[in-house]
Parts: sequence; C-alpha cells; structure tokens
Amino acid sequence: MTELAQNLIDGLGRGSIYALLALGVAVVFGVMHLLNFAHGELITVGGYVALWTLGAGWSWYIVTPLIVLSAVLTSLAIERVAFSRVRGSSDFTLLLTSFGVHFVISAIFLLYVSASVKPFDRPSWVTNTYSVGPLNIEVYDTVVIAVTVLTLIGTTLLLQRTMFGLSLRAAAADFDTARLMGVRSDTVIRGAFALSGLLAGIAGVFWLMRAGSISPSAGITPMLKGVLAALIGGLGSLRGAVIGGLVLGLAEVLLRSRLPDSIASLTEGVVFLLIALLFIFRPQGLVTVKHAVRV
Amino acid sequence: MLEVEGLTARYGSIAALRGAALSVGSGEVVGLIGPNGAGKTTLLSSIAGLLSPAEGRVTFEGQDITGRSPEQLLRSGVALVPEHRRIFADLTVEENLRIGGVTVPAAKRVELLDEMAERFVVLKEKWDVPAGYLSGGEAQQLAIGRALMSAPRLLMMDEPSLGLAPVLVDLVFELIGTLRDQGRTLLVVEQNAARMLEVSDRAYVLRSGEVVASGTGQELSQRDDLFDTFVGSVVAPGEGLPAGGAA
Repeated sequence: MTELAQNLIDGLGRGSIYALLALGVAVVFGVMHLLNFAHGELITVGGYVALWTLGAGWSWYIVTPLIVLSAVLTSLAIERVAFSRVRGSSDFTLLLTSFGVHFVISAIFLLYVSASVKPFDRPSWVTNTYSVGPLNIEVYDTVVIAVTVLTLIGTTLLLQRTMFGLSLRAAAADFDTARLMGVRSDTVIRGAFALSGLLAGIAGVFWLMRAGSISPSAGITPMLKGVLAALIGGLGSLRGAVIGGLVLGLAEVLLRSRLPDSIASLTEGVVFLLIALLFIFRPQGLVTVKHAVRV
Repeated sequence: MLEVEGLTARYGSIAALRGAALSVGSGEVVGLIGPNGAGKTTLLSSIAGLLSPAEGRVTFEGQDITGRSPEQLLRSGVALVPEHRRIFADLTVEENLRIGGVTVPAAKRVELLDEMAERFVVLKEKWDVPAGYLSGGEAQQLAIGRALMSAPRLLMMDEPSLGLAPVLVDLVFELIGTLRDQGRTLLVVEQNAARMLEVSDRAYVLRSGEVVASGTGQELSQRDDLFDTFVGSVVAPGEGLPAGGAA
C-alpha cells in the first residue's frame, strides 16, 4: 500500500509535466488542426538559455522566467516564420512543416553550438526529500504538482473568464463560425501559440531541472510525451490532454515498479503497447471531441 | 444601404451565381427566395465574405466591401446568422451570446446581454446550459441573438426556418416580424417562399444563379409565372402565393 501511494505521487509528478506539454499541444491542435511535432524544441531552446545563463553564474530564480519567456517567444516565432505560411493547408502539409521546424532547430544547435550533451547545474533542492509517515516524497514532485495545479487553474480562468479564452474555445469548436462572429484569426492563433509556449516553458523548467543537461535532440522525448498524452486524452480536448498526461505519467511509474526486474527496461515498450490497445478499443482517446475545425 | 452589382461566384468551373444584383434599404426586410440550388446561400456567402466572388461589387453604406473577410465585415456592421445555426454546442447560452459580442466594447456587451436576456426569455431560463442541449427553435433564437450581439446595422439570415418543426417555423417568422417592426434591416435567404413574402418589404427570386424577379411581397405573390421556379419547394403550382404578402 505504501509502495502504491509512493508510486502514485511519483506518477503524478511525472504526469503533471506531461499534462502541461500535452495541453500546449492540444491548444494549438484545437485552433489549427496541427499536431505540432516541433513542440519539444521549445524546451530545447529553453535548455540552451539555461546552459548559457547558468554558465554565466545566474541563479535558477532568474533563469526560470527566462526559460519560460524563451519558450513563448520561440513558439510565436515558429508560428510567424513557418506555420502562418501554411494556414489552411492539408493536415499532411502542416505535419510535414512541424517536422521541418523540429529538424531545422535541432540542426541550428548542432551546427552552431555543439553536437554533444552539455551539462549544467541543477538546483540543489531537486534531489531533496521529506517524509510523511512511511512515504518518502521528493520536494521536486511536490513543487511540480503544485505549480501544475496553479497553472491549470490559471489556464482554466483564462479560458473561462476572458474574451480571449472564449474566442479560443469557440475557434477550437468551429473556426469558420468564430470568424463570422468577429473573432480575429490572427489573434486567436498567435494567442494559442503563446499559451502553448507558456505551458511548454513551465514544463521545460522542470524537465531541465531534472535532466541537468541539454543537447540538440533533447526536445524529442518531451515532444513525444506531450503528443502521446494529447492523443491518449483525445486530440482537441483540453481536459483530455491533462487527463492523458496524468495517465501516461502514472502508467510509466506504476509499470516500472510492477514489472519484473528482467523486463523493467521494457517499460516504455509496454506503455506503447497499452496505448495501442487503447486506440484499438477507443480510437478517439479518453475524451470524445465533438468537432475540431481546421483553418 | 447594401448594394450588390453583377455578382458572379464559381465553385471550380461551375458558376453558382451569374451577375446577381440586389439592394437593401435602411429599415427594410428583404427576402431572397428560390428553390434548392438556386444560388441563394452562395449569394449570401459572397456578401458575407465566406466566398470570394469572381466578379461583381458589394457596397455597404457607400463603402466597397467586396471580398472582405467575415470578421472585417462584422466590424463594418454586417452580421450573418449562418445556415444550420452553427451554435457552439459546448459553450453555454451566455457564452455563445458573449462571443457574438466580441467586436463591441465590454460595457456595451453587458448592455446587449441584458437586452438579449429580455428579448429571448427562453434563453434566459437556460443561461448556463451548454447550447448543445437546446431544442431547434431555442438554438435558432440563440443564433439570431448571437448575431444581434454585434449590434449590426444589417442582419443577414441564411435559411432560418430550415429543419424546424412547423410550430417553430411560426416562431422564427414571428421573430423576423418583430425585428422588422423594430426597424431592423434584414436580408433573409429562405426556401419557405410563402412565409417569407408575408414578412418581407421586398423580395428577390433566384433561379439557376440569376435574379429572375423582384418586387414587393404582394407583387411577387400574384405572379403565377413564378410558380415554376418553386417546383420542389414549399410552394406548389396551383397553391398560390399568399395574397397581400407585403407588410
């Protein structure tokens, strides 16, 4: 029982980061029908910002907002430079463009920075733990879960209480009709990319704190987790993305602890197998989306 | 107020609209009637910026608005209630109305929301209900209310009675009548020609993408030669159009 509770906390910590990544993917998918495989590059850019600023002796307290800011600006730049030019194109074109952006950003760091993995200092508290009864809880997991909850509350308020949020939800449901109502497509799409970047930036801070290193291909794993979680939850559903992230995090941790040692290294493979089974029985994901109209 | 001249629109190589022309004066209710495939929705879509016309010109209050995007057009004072209502099913009634007022200042939006709550009592009762749970008639009222939230000077409606039960059709035409009595300017595409002529000041008849007749409701309702136009529509030969249709 104690082990299960321990696993649940670990899984929620990991799943919280996936949830933020998936939410960013889902926000953009909702308004553009774009499955953004360049989403992980927002973390790559943030990682190099961390590398250079921490290397210059800056503290994590200053570096953290810089990582988030860099993710937001990168997301907006990607939209402006690449995705705004293929708006309204086929899903396949959008997908190829996102792959292109992913490879271009990786190549830039590969060519002009370094191909090798560059380490940087992690915050000292990342590995600290505290005890609650028989449970041994990481400070890191607690902070991740708390920040995720606050971020989700903030995102919910933004989506429910502001005209921008309402426009975003209307556009995600039916973009053409939203435009008929006077919703500006540029504003809502750029807003979606900014929000997506913000969420990726927050997730990126925690990802990088744990990783303690960066490389040109560092964005691949977080991108895969975010996209997978969004798919599990049901593409286009913001609630589903959060659920998908938490489910993926919990599944990874629980499987790793439950699988026999001899096959524990196959955890990722088993997770993919379970996801494949989910899509066989529920191809629309955990949460059904009524419609998502592309622009 | 609205002038359409020589409007031609194509779907690929097929001309769905051929040099259509019409005008709508301030405070008028103008009907656009014709059978299925006559080009009514194409004409409205071309005016509303949903389709780019191949030829022709649309002016509103003296300004050329040809080819403007729907959001630009809305900001110019032209709103559209689209075919099939297209309300946002997951948003509440109140949210649907609020998004309709996205182009107006916040204070004005609150005023308009109060006005809609007063005008559409049935919607007020379901203010926080997701719009997907509304009946067809309620959803149509919401679609009209949502368009009115932008305080348009010209309101266009595309087939407002389409797919509604007879009792709800009555409700929709009552609503159009009320809006007419309030001095609103309306351009309404409607397949239910007989009912539309009852509430219209003037109407245009479309067939195969061309305007084939125009006049007051009374004039058009007395033209037996137009019956052929409506074969397959709600008015059959011999039934006659309603007498004294013009308001």
